[in-house]
Parts: sequence; C-alpha cells; structure tokens
Amino acid sequence: MSVTSDRLLFKGADWDFDTLRRIHDACEEIAVGELGLSMYPTRIEVISAEQMLDAYAANGMPVLYRHWSFGKRFARHETLYRKGFQGLAYEIVINSSPCLCYVMEENTATMQALVIAHAAFGHNHFFRNNHLFLEWTDAHGILDYLEFARSYIMRAEDKYGEAAVERVLDAAHALSSHGVFRVPRRRVPDLASEEKRERERRQHEERIYDDLWRTIPGPKNAPAAKAEEARRRALLQLPQENLLYFLEKTAPRLRPWQREILRIVRHVEQYFYPQRQTKVMNEGCATWVHHRIMTRLHEQGRLTDGHYLEFLHSHTNVVFQPTFDDPRYGGINPYALGFAMMEDIARIATAPDAEDREWFPDIAGRGDAEAALREAWANHRDDSFIAQYLSPRLMRKLRMFHLVDDQSEEELQVGAIHDERGYRRLRRALARQYDVGRLDPDIQVDDVDLTGDRRLILRHRVLDRQMLEPEEARQVLQHLADLWGYGVLLREVDAATGAVLREHHASARPGIVE
Amino acid sequence: MQIVDRRLNPGGKSLANRQRFLRRAKDMVREAVRDSAGERSLKDMERGGEVTIPASGVKEPHFRRAAGGLREHVLPGNKEYLEGDTIPRPRGGAGGGGSEGSPDGEGEDAFRFALTQEEFLDLFLEDLELPELAKKRVVEGDASGVKRAGFATQGSPANLALGRTMRNAMSRRLALRRPKPHELEELEEALRQAEETDPAEAEALRGRLALLRARSTRIPYIDPIDVRYRQFEPAPKPIARAVMFCLMDVSGSMTEGMKDLAKRFYLLLHLFLKRRYKHVDVVFIRHTHEAKEVDEETFFRSPETGGTVVSTAFEEMLKVMEARYSPADWNIYVAQASDGDNTSADNDRTAHLLTDRVLPACQYFAYLEVGREDDGGPIGFMPRETELWRTYGKLRAAEPRMAMRKVRHRKDIYPVFRDLFRKGAVEGAKS
Repeated sequence: MSVTSDRLLFKGADWDFDTLRRIHDACEEIAVGELGLSMYPTRIEVISAEQMLDAYAANGMPVLYRHWSFGKRFARHETLYRKGFQGLAYEIVINSSPCLCYVMEENTATMQALVIAHAAFGHNHFFRNNHLFLEWTDAHGILDYLEFARSYIMRAEDKYGEAAVERVLDAAHALSSHGVFRVPRRRVPDLASEEKRERERRQHEERIYDDLWRTIPGPKNAPAAKAEEARRRALLQLPQENLLYFLEKTAPRLRPWQREILRIVRHVEQYFYPQRQTKVMNEGCATWVHHRIMTRLHEQGRLTDGHYLEFLHSHTNVVFQPTFDDPRYGGINPYALGFAMMEDIARIATAPDAEDREWFPDIAGRGDAEAALREAWANHRDDSFIAQYLSPRLMRKLRMFHLVDDQSEEELQVGAIHDERGYRRLRRALARQYDVGRLDPDIQVDDVDLTGDRRLILRHRVLDRQMLEPEEARQVLQHLADLWGYGVLLREVDAATGAVLREHHASARPGIVE
Repeated sequence: MQIVDRRLNPGGKSLANRQRFLRRAKDMVREAVRDSAGERSLKDMERGGEVTIPASGVKEPHFRRAAGGLREHVLPGNKEYLEGDTIPRPRGGAGGGGSEGSPDGEGEDAFRFALTQEEFLDLFLEDLELPELAKKRVVEGDASGVKRAGFATQGSPANLALGRTMRNAMSRRLALRRPKPHELEELEEALRQAEETDPAEAEALRGRLALLRARSTRIPYIDPIDVRYRQFEPAPKPIARAVMFCLMDVSGSMTEGMKDLAKRFYLLLHLFLKRRYKHVDVVFIRHTHEAKEVDEETFFRSPETGGTVVSTAFEEMLKVMEARYSPADWNIYVAQASDGDNTSADNDRTAHLLTDRVLPACQYFAYLEVGREDDGGPIGFMPRETELWRTYGKLRAAEPRMAMRKVRHRKDIYPVFRDLFRKGAVEGAKS
C-alpha cells in the first residue's frame, strides 16, 4: 500500500501535544461522522507513572478525601509496580463533564492513538449515553462534589480530630457496599402535584362510590393496628437496603457532621455503582470503538502498516481470553467478552444467517450496525445485555459451559454446554453471573425496636445457601453498631424457606457516639 | 478538547494517605521492621525496603459471602464435557472459581509493601536516643542555611519587598510634592465654579491645574528606583557533630565470626549517629599489643598477630583526639569490641586510662564483648569472666556513661543495641 506521508498522523513512536491534537481530531471525525457517537467535551491529561499510581489509589478520582485505606492501596500498587509484577494502565478515564482522560507519558504515539480512541470516544460515549450513568451519576457535578467532600472532611478533622473522623470513615467504608440505592427512589412529591393527586383520588372515589360496599362484613379492628404498623414502617422507610442512608437519616445519636460524612461516602459509592454493573458493556463498547477507529485510520492512510501492527498487537493482548484450564485463567475477561459481543451484534445487523434471524429478529439484517450498537449501549447493563444479545454462535466460539458447584454434592456437575439444549440456560446463567443484585449479599434493615432497647434488626436473604463470611460479617456489624449507638442483630434467613440459619450480634462500643 | 500537562504538578499526592496508613499500621510495621532487621545485612538496612505485615490489622471488612452453598459458573474453553457430566471437585476451592478473586488482593494473609529508607530507619531507630545528645554545639563552616540580609535594589520578582517598595514610593512622592488626587479634584471643582462666575480667576486656576497635572505625570506613582527586594545570604549554621571511635582487638584470638559481630554493631551505631548528627566522623583503631589507626577495609579484613594490650588502643585514641577531635568541639562516642582478653599486667593501666582520660572526654562508652557462637560452655557451669569484663565491671558502677554487653550470635546484636540506647536507659543508670 502506498502511503503519502502528509496524510500520516505521526511518524515513529514520539509524540508531542500537536500530535495528540491531530490524533484526537482524526478520531473525532470518524467517531462522530461514521459511528454517530456523542460525547462529553474531553480533557486529555498527560501524567507520569507516579501520578498514575496516585490515581490508582484514589479510584482514579482527581480529588478525594484523605483516608488511610487509600494510602494502603497506594503502597500495594507501588510495591507491585516497582518490583515489576504489575504494569500500569495506559489510561484512566473519569465519568465527568468534561470527561477526564489520563494518558501515560510513556505511551508511544500509536498507544496514545489507541487510548484516545478507547477512552475519549468509547468510554466517553458510554458515560454520556448509558441510562445507568444518566440515572445515577451527575457528570457535571462530580468534580465539584469531590472537592466539597475533601474540604468538608478536612475541616471536620480540624474541628473534631483526625481520630474521630477516621472512625466514622472506617465504619462508613465497611458498609459502603450496602450504601447504594439499587432502584431509583420515589421522589418526594411537591405540594402542587400532591394536591392534584389528592383531588383526582377524591373525584375517583366519588365516581365509584357505592353504598353497598359498606354492608360487606369484614374483620373488625384488625386493620387499624396493621395500618399503624404500616405507617411506622413507612415513616422509617422500612425495609431499607441502603444501610448508610438509613443510618444517616435515622441513627439516633449521630452528630450532624457524622451524618454528613456518611452521606459523602454514600454519594461516592453511588457514583461508582453504574461502573460495577457495566464492566463488560463499557469495556466492550470502548474496545469496539477503538478497534473501529484505528482500522479506519489505517484505511485512510493515516497510520502506517507498522503502527497498525503495533496497535493490533496491543489490541490482541487486551482481548485475549484464556480457557478455564489455562493457568492464566482469571475469570472471563470483560474486554474479550464485550468486544466479541459487539462484533457479533455488528455482524448480525449486517450479515445475519438463519440462526441469527431466529434468535434476534429485531436486529438481524437491519443494516445499520452502529445504530443497533448505540441502542444496546444506551439501554442495558451487563446482565440484561448478555441475556438479550449473547448469540449461540458466540457461545460455540468461546465453547462456554455451565458448571454447577453444590457444596452438598460430591462432584461438580456440567449443567449446560454450547448446544441446542443448552444455549438458553447457558445464557441465563452467564447473565446471572453479572447481576449485581445477586453478586452482593441482599442485606436489609428489617425492623427497629424504637420503644424498647432500640435494637436494629437486619436480615440477610440467603440465596442458594451462600452464607456470609462470619468473622468479617461480625466486624462489619460492629462498625454498624458503633454508628447506630445501640445493639444490632443480623439474621441470615433462607430466601426459599424463611428459616433462620444464623444470627450475629453486636453491641455499640463507645467512640463514635458518646 | 483540551490537553493538559499534569506531569509538572507536584508529586506526592498520596503522601498524606500513605502516612496515615503507616500510622495506622504502626505497631505492626514496627514489629515487621525489627523482625526483618535480623535477617538483612546492615548495608540493606540503609536502603529501606519491603516489609510484610499481617493483613488482619489493616483489613477493610465488608459483607462478603463465604465459600459453600450452591454456586454456578460459566466458563470458556469446553473441550470434552457434555451436559450432565460430573467432574471431581478440584482441590482448594470451587471449580474454576474465577469470581472468587478479589481485585485488591484482600483476603490474603499478609500485606506486603515497600518502605522508603526514611520511613524504615525512623521506625527502626524509633524510641532510641543518644545519651548526652547535643551537649555541644559548634559552628561548622560548610553547613549552609540562608539568613535575611536586608534589602537590595535588584532581585527576583518572588522576593519583591512590597511594603518597603511602597514606603519608598510614598516618601519620594511626598518629597517631590506630587499632587494628590484629591487636590486635583478640588482644583477642578473650583475651576468649574470659577468658570461660571469669575473668568480671571478661572484662568489662573487653569494655569495652576495644568502645572499640577504636568508634575503629576512627571513624578510617577511608583518609580523603578523605589523597588526593593528582600535579600538573603548564605549563613553557616551551628550544627552538632560527632565522632565515633571504633576500637577493636584484632589479635589471633578474635575469629572472623567475632569480627563480623563487631562490625554489625559498629554499623548500627554509625547508622544511628548519622540520623542524630549532621556530621559524623568515624575513626577505626585496631590493636594487638600495639594500636594503629587504620581505614575501614583494613580494620575489618586484614589479619594481624600479636598479644593483647588494650591500653595501647586508648592511647592511640587519645592521640587522635588531641590532634583532630577536641572534646570541646565534638561529641565523642567510643565503641570497643573485644573477646575480653587482655594481658593481666595491663588491666590496671587500662582502668586508669579509661576513668581518668577517656570517660571524661566522651559522651558514651560502649563495650561489646563478642564470643563464639558455640561458646556457651557446658550446661550448669558459669562461663568464665574475662579479664576485661572484670576490669570494666568494677568501674561501671560509678560511671553512668559506660555500658557493657555480651553478644554471641548475630541475632542478639539488634536487641543488645536497642537495649543500650533505649530511651531513658542512661538516665535510669545515672539515678
């Protein structure tokens, strides 16, 4: 292929800021013009290895409050990195507006093109369009909020002492996995809409009023007591799965600044919640986008063959999926699965076979692969995405099988394989594997004895006999009791039978509440 | 799209968090550091390095599911399995169990990370102290600091002395009678009134106003000659300095193993002194029946034969002290290592030299008696006391600045060292 050198974005491995700008503009042309992506404005930040380690420690956030656990994470990554056990990521991207893309100074020009296509366009489009991110995160406000959180906690440390703040943060961090709302909350209605609804209900009642109903016999008095109980539970918003929220609003003895800290931890955790649910999709989207953009750049003669081969080398490493019996196997690689599914959807949309037409009548042969993908990216999270789009062909290609490991049985059993009988079960099982509702133990505040000893009662709905790790549960419960200020009881209840399998107790230590 | 170069930002963003982490895990890290001290060579010690602490102490607990119950996995790479096949349970957990691994390595028994040299030594030498530290402070020429040296007419903008500059400008304006803004305003006001009533007066006022305006432009508000910069100049700073005398018996009876023990002790002491004093000199004096000042290599390596006369070492030391290290200017530390042999006739002389001349001059005198590892003696017998031990033992009661210990094994070195320099150890001995 003859390449005219003036079309080339860069030569060799070196780059400067002009190169980055040229790369970005060339990528943008393809991303917006051909793929139809829409992004937040981008800010590319060039950082050093040291700063990448800093970013690791803070979950990639540019500012974060101070806590020893971040120092611990830093120490671990630093050690692994310095000893050569672990390379560093080529980039980190942050869901904010403007979208921050950190790129490493060590990257070659080809790598910079790859990471810009990957992060500044792939991830950025996903953040901007996926409904989970739109529902749960505020890309415009997050950086300001983190700034506020940092200074608030610093002021609290000045005022109440580092130790006191650290205790609250420790406790809040222990509960952070259960400090998120999993379903959108009902917004508290305002007065106007409340009045409107009240009026409509009255009209409705007047319309259907029939005196005959009064004459129907029913249980007496019982409803009154029940209603009272229901009212109490409604006021406390029970049952409540967001433990941090419950403590923030209800814990009787916390001081205002302590509630604010719980709120900060809860907000930060909620911000990351969509990312946990969209690993496969997010990485799949970004990987597919960078592959597409780089291939187009090469076709346009803006990358040399050598650069394209360098790119393919990195790309292949990223989407490598070892089989289960390979010593390198460490679970299903989200990049590999995501990329394979995106490729598959594009193929089904443009060149389907009979099987695809049967399985995916909606998208098979519709022609516009990018539109089909954009729809998928906008409306799904990992489990629903897999349940919807994993094709039999891909299951065959990856040679997937379903393994059932029942502790009470002697041996493991193969539940389904990639054959006609197994496709649907296999797909369902894989989707369940990504369902955060199943991954996190389901623990809720069940009740609280406000008139008696104020004991907080939690319930763990035990699925598939998977109990909590008792020692760790005890430690977390201790933190919970410290925040609550009174005793706490956690019941592990079998979801199917309702039998209580185990109980954990904790009583409050002094320290957080006086 | 923006591109920002963050590489120039100040580093150490995680430093505060790292310090918090170390503080949190301090007890465990301290323990780990001291454990590791026994294993490392002393050269390594200066470099800092990796320590491992039990993970339980810095664990961040979460509600997690334990192993067990019914679990399902979807795995790639099926080769031979058909639906309904059974597979024997692999040892060590659930089959394939990829979902079990936690990303941050939580769940391991040990947490391993690297300490910087500074952190390592801080913890390593924590709560040790030098007896009689900083009794003497002397001016050392090459230690530089900066001190303020008035104002200069030239300098960097960062050093601009704003207050002084404005003061100069003001006095210049006063001296040259630069018209004040309110004077000009008043004049303008008067002119405006006069223009309506009295043309002649107005003319005069106009002339005066023009004069004042001209003067006000001629005399600037701030002139380059007003500008002053803060000036700094390097200044020698008083620092404490110390000299450490290493005295060692190198007669035939000292084996390589014994020398190795002594060396370790000296290195520890050197490390410690270096942390406490900006400037530490080391003088090596070895002796048989005669003593000589030598360099480090010769001190530890080259063998020597002859009898053992300890007093010669003290004499040599006093000679060096007189020539180069006046007790008035230097903090003097003496560490002597020996297997305890001495010619009987020399004991008295040694004791006299020590009490009359050496001890009064020095801050601290440590005597380390090294023995062979297998030299425990038969069980039930008290080991024989050596000549030197007996000689020094008599002096010790009256001398708080003197310490003596016996060491047989490498692993004892560090505890003995800590014991010698424990906080309050010396005061305790004094009282």
